[in-house]
Amino acid sequence: MHNYFQAFLSLNRYAWRVFARNMAVFKKTYKANIAFNFFEPLLYLAAMGMGLGAFVGSINGISYVQFIAPGMIASSAMWAASSECTYDSFVRMKMEKIYHAIVVTPINLHEVIAGELFTGTLKSVLYGSVILLVITGLGLVTSFYALLVPFVLLLCGIIFSELGMIWTGLVAKIDSFSYFFTLIITPMYLFSGVFFPIEALPDIVQTVAWFLPLYHVVTVLRSLVLGLISPALFGHILWLLCFAILIFPLPLLLIHKRFIK
Amino acid sequence: MELAIEALSLQKRYAEVQAVAGINLQIARGEYFGMLGPNGAGKTTTVAMIYCFLPIEGGELYVLDMDVRKQARAIKARLGVVPQENNLDEELTVLENLLIYASYFGIDRQTATKRALAQLEFFELTAKQHVDVEALSGGMKRRLTIARAMMNEPDILILDEPTTGLDPEARHYIWQHLKQLKKTGLTLLLTTHYLEEASQLCDRIVVLDEGRILEEGQPAALITQHVGATVIEATLPQREHDSLLQTVQALLNGYMVIGETLYLHPGYNITTVLAKVQEHSKVETLTQRPANLEDVFLKLTGRRFGGA
Ligand SMILES: Nc1ncnc2c1ncn2[C@@H]1O[C@H](COP(=O)(O)OP(=O)(O)OP(=O)(O)O)[C@@H](O)[C@H]1O
Ligand SMILES: [Mg+2]
Repeated sequence: MHNYFQAFLSLNRYAWRVFARNMAVFKKTYKANIAFNFFEPLLYLAAMGMGLGAFVGSINGISYVQFIAPGMIASSAMWAASSECTYDSFVRMKMEKIYHAIVVTPINLHEVIAGELFTGTLKSVLYGSVILLVITGLGLVTSFYALLVPFVLLLCGIIFSELGMIWTGLVAKIDSFSYFFTLIITPMYLFSGVFFPIEALPDIVQTVAWFLPLYHVVTVLRSLVLGLISPALFGHILWLLCFAILIFPLPLLLIHKRFIK
Repeated sequence: MELAIEALSLQKRYAEVQAVAGINLQIARGEYFGMLGPNGAGKTTTVAMIYCFLPIEGGELYVLDMDVRKQARAIKARLGVVPQENNLDEELTVLENLLIYASYFGIDRQTATKRALAQLEFFELTAKQHVDVEALSGGMKRRLTIARAMMNEPDILILDEPTTGLDPEARHYIWQHLKQLKKTGLTLLLTTHYLEEASQLCDRIVVLDEGRILEEGQPAALITQHVGATVIEATLPQREHDSLLQTVQALLNGYMVIGETLYLHPGYNITTVLAKVQEHSKVETLTQRPANLEDVFLKLTGRRFGGA
């Protein structure tokens, strides 16, 4: 329990230095990466929005492509953070031994992980925001509340960075990351209201969806993009905030247990 | 004597293995100190406890008079660490590597740049400063890793097998640089498989095996004490060993047997022993050479250094 609370002390300037290191590397490689990252959501938007949209007509009074567009922001942000804190972090930890290089300086391992989480978060905000710009260009954004999207992506980013890092702390091999995506990320993608309103599904599914962070992210993003503001949004934001804070120590403690013998 | 590092019955075990089984070390400031031992002796485990990566399990460990259990951050600020495995930022340039490393210590950009250029100059990497690390040779990477460890102007430089896997030229090159640093008052702690490396660089060494210190002292003194100045190597069929030994044993300080080879330590009786060995009809090869730390190790453990 003591360790759990102690973990929050890692949100300090040392963690920031790790983040700065990752940004320095990112600056050199982003051109190749960023193109790939927004290609996929756009593919979905085109295929589902136009293809499926032709059959679906409208949902709750908006066109189908307009319905799924905010979901593409969320999914892009989710994938960015999750892959950063699984594959990329694993490579830094196990293959490139970057953690080892850093923890022999005044920075400790918890701070390294906190810095990794910041990195996942930043990429999440960035890749989500790129999609926001694109759908704005396509005329799918109808409200200035959309300017608040990056703040929601901060929460989305930290949560999926944490989840990815927890998995990294639990699994022993890089192959096991595909399970994370098949068992956790993809189901979440499908049942969080990205492609259809979950109100259409049985009560039990709706209850389950309430426990999925992506559901809350998608709901808030859609409301902001379409300007459908209601007090209920604060409930979703609060949910995300609590979840992000409560699980924060877990990746730090798990990686520590795994990394230091 | 001011101590840089002091270990008192230091211990560490991994699930099954007792990697460090109670060792005592006292390393003075300004000393160049070597830890020698075969694979799995516990060298990396020991230095990793000293640079506060592995938690210690038993005993006590002080670095620059600070307790590793309580003051890890302050200790690490004063150390330079070159780990056994290279862990440079491969995607970054040589100079960027140094600057980023300095940022971990909170060194401001201007100071960092000044130091980085000086280190690159010293380690003769200036021409490579804008090259990505990926493109460097093994020897250059190693020099860069040492340069990186010097960025915080450490009091103690810890090198875990700095030259393993390098060709002899690259190795000598690194030794030369490390020798020059001695003038600055730096304390150096080095682990190595190379007995020559220890003889070249270290004021004092310990020989480590299976987590214990077998012997401690100045390289030359250890050689004189355990072996003498010269070793005579003779190969002959094992069944003939006794007959040869009967003729020379009284003249020897000691001897070792590995397979068909006899390692004779003749002390001052070199010529007499050599003559007797030459007389023996079954001797196939015969060499005389200066004794080295390998002979000491052999004598202490009954094994060759590589563990064979
Ligand atoms: N992470 C680990 N988990 C389990 N056992 C380990 C671990 N690291 C080292 N060991 C074991 O502890 C012992 C000491 O290992 P250590 O790496 O300290 O030796 P070393 O002297 O550095 O060897 P080398 O010359 O091969 O680098 C060995 O038996 C090794 O197998
Ligand atoms: Mg080792």
